[in-house]
Amino acid sequence: MANKYKEVLLDPIFNNNPIGLQVLGICSALAVTTRLQTAVVMAIAVTLVTAFSNLAVSLIRNHIPSSIRILVEMTIIASLVIIADQFIKAFAYDISKQLSIFVGLIITNCILMGRAEAFALKNPPLISFLDGIGNGLGYTFVLLFVGFFRELLGTGRLFNIPILPVATEGGWYTINGLMVLSPSAFFLIGLLIWALRAWKPEQVEED
Amino acid sequence: MKFLRNLLDKQDHLFRKGGKLELLFPIWEAQDTILYTPGKVTKTGSHVRDKMDLKRMMILVYIALIPTVLMALYNTGYQAHLAMAQTGATSSGDWHHALAAWLGIGVNPENIFSNMAFGALFFVPVYLVTLAVGGFWEVLFAMIRKHEVTEGFLVTSLLFPLILPASIPLWQVAVGISFGVVIGKEVFGGVGMNILNPALTARAFLFFAYPAEISGDKVWVAVDGFSKATPLAQFADSTMQVTATWWDAFIGLIPGSMGETSALACLIGAFILIVTRVGSWQIMLSIVLGMVGFSYFLNFVGSATNPMFAMTPAWHFVVGGFAFGTVFMATDPVSAAITDGGKWVYGLLIGILVVLVRVINPAFPEGMMLAILFGNVFAPIIDRIFLNRNIKRRLARNA
Repeated sequence: MANKYKEVLLDPIFNNNPIGLQVLGICSALAVTTRLQTAVVMAIAVTLVTAFSNLAVSLIRNHIPSSIRILVEMTIIASLVIIADQFIKAFAYDISKQLSIFVGLIITNCILMGRAEAFALKNPPLISFLDGIGNGLGYTFVLLFVGFFRELLGTGRLFNIPILPVATEGGWYTINGLMVLSPSAFFLIGLLIWALRAWKPEQVEED
Repeated sequence: MKFLRNLLDKQDHLFRKGGKLELLFPIWEAQDTILYTPGKVTKTGSHVRDKMDLKRMMILVYIALIPTVLMALYNTGYQAHLAMAQTGATSSGDWHHALAAWLGIGVNPENIFSNMAFGALFFVPVYLVTLAVGGFWEVLFAMIRKHEVTEGFLVTSLLFPLILPASIPLWQVAVGISFGVVIGKEVFGGVGMNILNPALTARAFLFFAYPAEISGDKVWVAVDGFSKATPLAQFADSTMQVTATWWDAFIGLIPGSMGETSALACLIGAFILIVTRVGSWQIMLSIVLGMVGFSYFLNFVGSATNPMFAMTPAWHFVVGGFAFGTVFMATDPVSAAITDGGKWVYGLLIGILVVLVRVINPAFPEGMMLAILFGNVFAPIIDRIFLNRNIKRRLARNA
């Protein structure tokens, strides 16, 4: 049983990554990854919301009539997103301004609905909670990867600390303007998926 | 020649399966097929017997590009020398100028040879970097995927320097062509599978990643800090006068990316491509028609605030990358539409889009690169529509 918990928790990081393999939650991965700081806050928010929505859905899974289950799931997720949004506004106001509507849009993140539908409805609370954390970690991994390269190559900084001396300030590094535009996240996610599938060929879809 | 063939044959086993240098087979095969026609013949079944193979096709494109290369050399040197004569500087700028002085290339905009030699100092390094870095990726993928290096890169590597400004830093050339070859071509499966033109993909990458080095007024003349707007930028800005005459622009004596300034050289290339049936005249003609039609329409609509509305089709034709893109980029047989009807739609789409971007989008004075990439993206959809239409028509005929 312990093994199963571990699998549920760690599998979504590389073996069954929500972005890399299931290709869910792409929109926010494009929108919030120009800076690592926003990416980290977003990743934590999504991880917690996924975990607790999974927990809540799982707790009442035997009482939800199948015909309105999506409404119920949405209500739970929406409530949690509002809590997360208020929380960020209260404790990290600057970041919440940078994230603008994207915290509220966590509700449309396919990972949340996907996990609630595919996992929490069929499994007991504890393991559903771990599944939420695990998928959140998978999402976090991709966001950190994309955010790392976009902030480093796009501004020469990491967490807003100068790393590469920028040419406009007398250094040698010329800022790559493409990295602050959304398409660069597409390229980076594409390259990551390429690398993941080269490493784990079983993830490659059959034609 | 016999001697060379024997020499090559003797080494051949080293690169075959089980040989010592098996891993390097793609490089070996590439030099062999460049020097000699491959001896391989299909053994079974019927197949097309034609002298026109990929190698011949690519070499013909290469030949068609020679006029634009010559003009690139000449005009790069001419613009730089003109600027230096104007400002009175004998040597301003970087190592190119030091090397020119060392080689004894005088500053004289009237002298064809000194212009070409000076232009070559800019063009050749860019070309060599493109060949080396792009070739590295080609060979690497060929080795991993165990296939041969094709002649496709021969053309891509020549097209890419021609659509860059002379002052482009060499490291950006390397980064750009890496992106073009890997993301533009190899991720889709290599030569023949790419959706976008790799050379244009590489340029688009540089355009969005390092706009300061590939757009604006400071990059087109190979003298540091010298600012000269392209005619297209002058048209777009109502405070500027257009300084070039139409004939200057037609012959190519205007600032711009190295190989794209001369509509004349592109027309010679177009003639070669059309006569040898390598490039599709339908695509070239429909792009011109789309451009002429839409720019006449915008002339007719007119605008009080945007001077670009008044730009005539004749000017659209000679400035910017229109002629070069029409002849060499849009006709790339891999990324263009292939159905007969599809070619016309594809060409018209590009012709209209280029005018649309040039005239109506204030952010980009030039629209040819974006128009062709856009056309490339739509080409498979256009083809699909025409294929399905043909299938339906045949079904109806036989019903």
